[in-house]
Amino acid sequence: MSDASHWSIFVNAALVNNFVLAYFLGLCPFFGISAKLETAARMGGAVSFVMLVASVCAYLINLLLDVVNAPYLKIISYILVIASTVQLVEMLMRKLSPTTFRAMGIFLPLITTNCAILGLALFQTNRGYGFTQAVTYALGAGAGFALALVLMAGVREKLDLGNVPDLVKGIAAAFIVAGILSLSFMGFGGLGR
Amino acid sequence: MLRKEVSSTDEYIKGLWRENPVFIQVLGLCAALAVSNTAINALTMGLATTFVLLMSGMSVSALRNFIPREARLVSFICIIASFVTAVDYVIQAISLELHRSLGAFIALIVVNCLILGRAEAFASKNSLGRSVLDGLGMGFGFTVALLAIGVVREILGSGSLFGISLFPDPFQTWTVMVLPSGGFLVTAVLLLLVNWAKNREVEAEKQSQEVAT
Repeated sequence: MSDASHWSIFVNAALVNNFVLAYFLGLCPFFGISAKLETAARMGGAVSFVMLVASVCAYLINLLLDVVNAPYLKIISYILVIASTVQLVEMLMRKLSPTTFRAMGIFLPLITTNCAILGLALFQTNRGYGFTQAVTYALGAGAGFALALVLMAGVREKLDLGNVPDLVKGIAAAFIVAGILSLSFMGFGGLGR
Repeated sequence: MLRKEVSSTDEYIKGLWRENPVFIQVLGLCAALAVSNTAINALTMGLATTFVLLMSGMSVSALRNFIPREARLVSFICIIASFVTAVDYVIQAISLELHRSLGAFIALIVVNCLILGRAEAFASKNSLGRSVLDGLGMGFGFTVALLAIGVVREILGSGSLFGISLFPDPFQTWTVMVLPSGGFLVTAVLLLLVNWAKNREVEAEKQSQEVAT
C-alpha cells in the first residue's frame, strides 16, 4: 500500500499531473466536445462519475484477481466493467435529461473507449493505492478532467469570435491552445507534496 | 470518380496519407502524444499498435458472421483486450526498460479509438484479406505519424535521435519539447503542414479542371 496522503493524491491527480494536460488521457472528448461550455461541463460530470464507479470496481476486481491469481485478466475485466458502467450512465442520462443526452451524441458511449478511465484504473493498481486512496484519486482525476474540459471550452468559445486564419481553424488551433494550457499547468509542479 | 472496384494497393496506401489515422482522422491521439517523447518509444508504440490492429482486424473479420449484432462492440473489445495483454507481456519479456518507460500506455492500446474504429467500420464488413491490408496500412500510417512526432521531439528536446547524440556539446535543448505541452505543439505544427499540403492538392486539382474546361 502506498503511503501518500489523501491531500497530495488529490492535488496530484487534479492539477500537477492533470490527466488530460500531463498524461494525454481522454483527448478525444477533450477536443471533440469542448466547443460549448455547457456540454463540456456536463461531459466532465459524466466522466467524473464513471471514473468514481470504475475506480471502486477496479479495486474490488484487483482483490478478486489476487485471490484467484490471474493478473493477465486485468485489462479484460477492467474494460468490461467500464463498458457496463457507461451503459448504465447512458440509460440514466436518457431518462433524466434527454436534451443533454442528445447534445453529447456519440461521445457518451465513447466514454467506454476514453483512455482516462482505463488509465485511472491501471494507475491506481500500479501504485498500490488502498481503498480510500483510490477513491480520492478518482475524485481528483475527475475534477482535473472536468477543469481542463471547461477551461478549453471557454477558450474555444472566445476563439470562435476572433479572426483566425483558415489554415489554423479547427483542430490545429485547438492543439495550440491545449499546448499553452498544458504549459501553464506545469506551474503547479511541486504542489501538494 | 466512378470507381467500383477498390484495388488492393489502394486499400493499403490509403492509411498512409489520404486517411492517415493521426493527421487526417485525428484518432488514437492519446497514445500518439503520450509516448512520442523519444523516437524509440514512438516506434515501439507504433509497432505494438500495428500488431494489435492487424490481429484484431483478422479475428473480427474471420468471426464476423458468428458475432451477433447486439453484442458486437463487447466482443470486439474482448478480442482487442486479449491481444493487448499478449503484447504487454511480450514487450515486458523483450525489454524491461522499454516496458517501464512506456508504463501503462501499452495496456491503454485497448482504448485506442483507432482499433475499435477499424474493427467496426472495416473488418466487420470486409473479407479477411482486405482486413489484413487495411490493418497493415492503418498501422503503418499510425507508426509513421508517431515516428514523425517522436523524431522532432527527441531532436529538439534532447538533441539526439534513437539515443545517439546529434549535436556538438554546447547544444541548448528545448526543454519544452520533452514536456507534455511539446507534444501538443509539435502535433499542431504537423497538422498545419498536412492541412497546407492538402489545400495545395485541392487548389491544383481545381486549376487543372479549369484548364480542361
